[in-house]
Amino acid sequence: MESLQLLVSGLANGCVYGLIALGFVLIYKATEALNFAQGDMMMLGAFVTLGLTNDHYWALPFWASVPIALLLMGAFGYVLEITLLRRMSGQSQIAVVVLTVALGFIIRFIAGAIWGHEPQSLESPIAGVNVRFSGLVLGLDEVAVILVTIVLTGLLYLGFAHTRLGLAMQATSQNQLAAYYMGIPVKRVSALIWCLSGIVATAAGILLASKGSIDPNSGFLGIKAFAAAVIGGLGSLPGALLGGLVIGVIEPFAARHVAAGFSQVVPYAVLLLVLIIRPSGILSQVRDKKV
Amino acid sequence: MSLLELEDVTMSFGGLTAVEGASFAVNPGEVFALVGPNGAGKSTIFNLVSRYCTPGGGDIRFEGKSILGCAPHDIPRLGIARTFQNIELFEHATVLQNLLIGRHTHRRSNAISEILHLPGVRAEERRHRLAAEKVIDFLDLQPYRESLIMGLPYGVRKIVELGRALAVEPKLLLLDEPASGLSAEETDDVAFWIEDIRKVMGITVLMVEHDMGLVRSVSDRVLALADGKTLVIGTPQEVQTDPAVIEAYIGLGDDGADE
Repeated sequence: MESLQLLVSGLANGCVYGLIALGFVLIYKATEALNFAQGDMMMLGAFVTLGLTNDHYWALPFWASVPIALLLMGAFGYVLEITLLRRMSGQSQIAVVVLTVALGFIIRFIAGAIWGHEPQSLESPIAGVNVRFSGLVLGLDEVAVILVTIVLTGLLYLGFAHTRLGLAMQATSQNQLAAYYMGIPVKRVSALIWCLSGIVATAAGILLASKGSIDPNSGFLGIKAFAAAVIGGLGSLPGALLGGLVIGVIEPFAARHVAAGFSQVVPYAVLLLVLIIRPSGILSQVRDKKV
Repeated sequence: MSLLELEDVTMSFGGLTAVEGASFAVNPGEVFALVGPNGAGKSTIFNLVSRYCTPGGGDIRFEGKSILGCAPHDIPRLGIARTFQNIELFEHATVLQNLLIGRHTHRRSNAISEILHLPGVRAEERRHRLAAEKVIDFLDLQPYRESLIMGLPYGVRKIVELGRALAVEPKLLLLDEPASGLSAEETDDVAFWIEDIRKVMGITVLMVEHDMGLVRSVSDRVLALADGKTLVIGTPQEVQTDPAVIEAYIGLGDDGADE
């Protein structure tokens, strides 16, 4: 029973990592940019929602704040692409990495200046409520995280596989040059990807902040999400989620069974192991080139 | 009225003039070939017409209207499709999926009805699928319908790329070296298909090609280029016997005219 409870809370954490990783992979797939500010976008999205809904700030109803925050952060992602990232096209990948790392610093600074550096919780209707399943006590927040992640991933999957825009995004990620001559506005698609990625990050942030707390440094969770994305195979959406779940589940078990101090290292040990055994990730689409 | 017109088009990269004062017109229903030694400016003309680059001077008109204000992604909507010298396919997708992406500009449905898979979407899906199947039948791609591009041999990829351009249902088809790297039999197939593309589908073809045999057998008119300058425009016979063309090929010793 105890293991089951550890499993559920691990899955819930893993879903948050998975969602951050999903945003990361979305951008990487479509534009080949590594967005190291993805975790900070998650943190910013959480703070925007918190700023809108917490009594201490604007005190708007929770269900009104969520769509506003999602919209604002979607717009933020869109504007980032058209003002900054677009200018980097043709530059080396490392230049984009440095840019997004710097962007992370700036977002952290701004969040700290506006909302302070103390950890805060999002006042959401799902926080602090427990549900019982035959002797198993689960937080409603944990259940919500898992459900929202399933729904969001499902929607993203359907959107990618069946909509005109989704197909355009897939095509862009596979071959930009060819995509242009299929009539796909590649630049607008890239901006929409950043928009979508901002929205997914905010969803992750809202879930994280309602089941725990956030502070400006919560963005460093993005490192774990990056590990999740690599474990899953960069470029694979289901892989990102799977990687997130793997790390999320390992953590509480490691904390329970491995000596303190070592437990935090376990997810990265797994990352190393995956990189050694399957360098392109668990669900990677990269195969050896035929010569 | 000619379908495509270039008027005094000039393009230079840094100090190098790749195309100098190119003027020609492609008539509806004809097969027009660009030939010339390597570096003559053939691919640059292709990239100019498909708006991959913008000329330093001159004008390019399609159906009488200048296209210099268009972005590359507007080109297929105008009715121009192209292939690439180095094959640019969607590697992780199947042959059928590649052809269906060619239908992108013809899709009209919105995201919500697509996710819910409403009847209108299904009808549209069927229409595009039918269009793609027609291309598959035309190019004999049936055995590869569900194969991933990354596993296919070069010759098949080349044909898939031609098929994807046909799925766009263009008025003008730009073929960048359609026979390069193909065997003699495959080249014969390509010649046969180009004939049909022109006659049966009524599509005008502008192509860059080194294989003079193919150029002779399919093109109505040929433009010979050297060092960015137009040497001569005429029938394949006229161009091949033109002293300036012979000079450009043999004089430079760059690229055999009869490969």
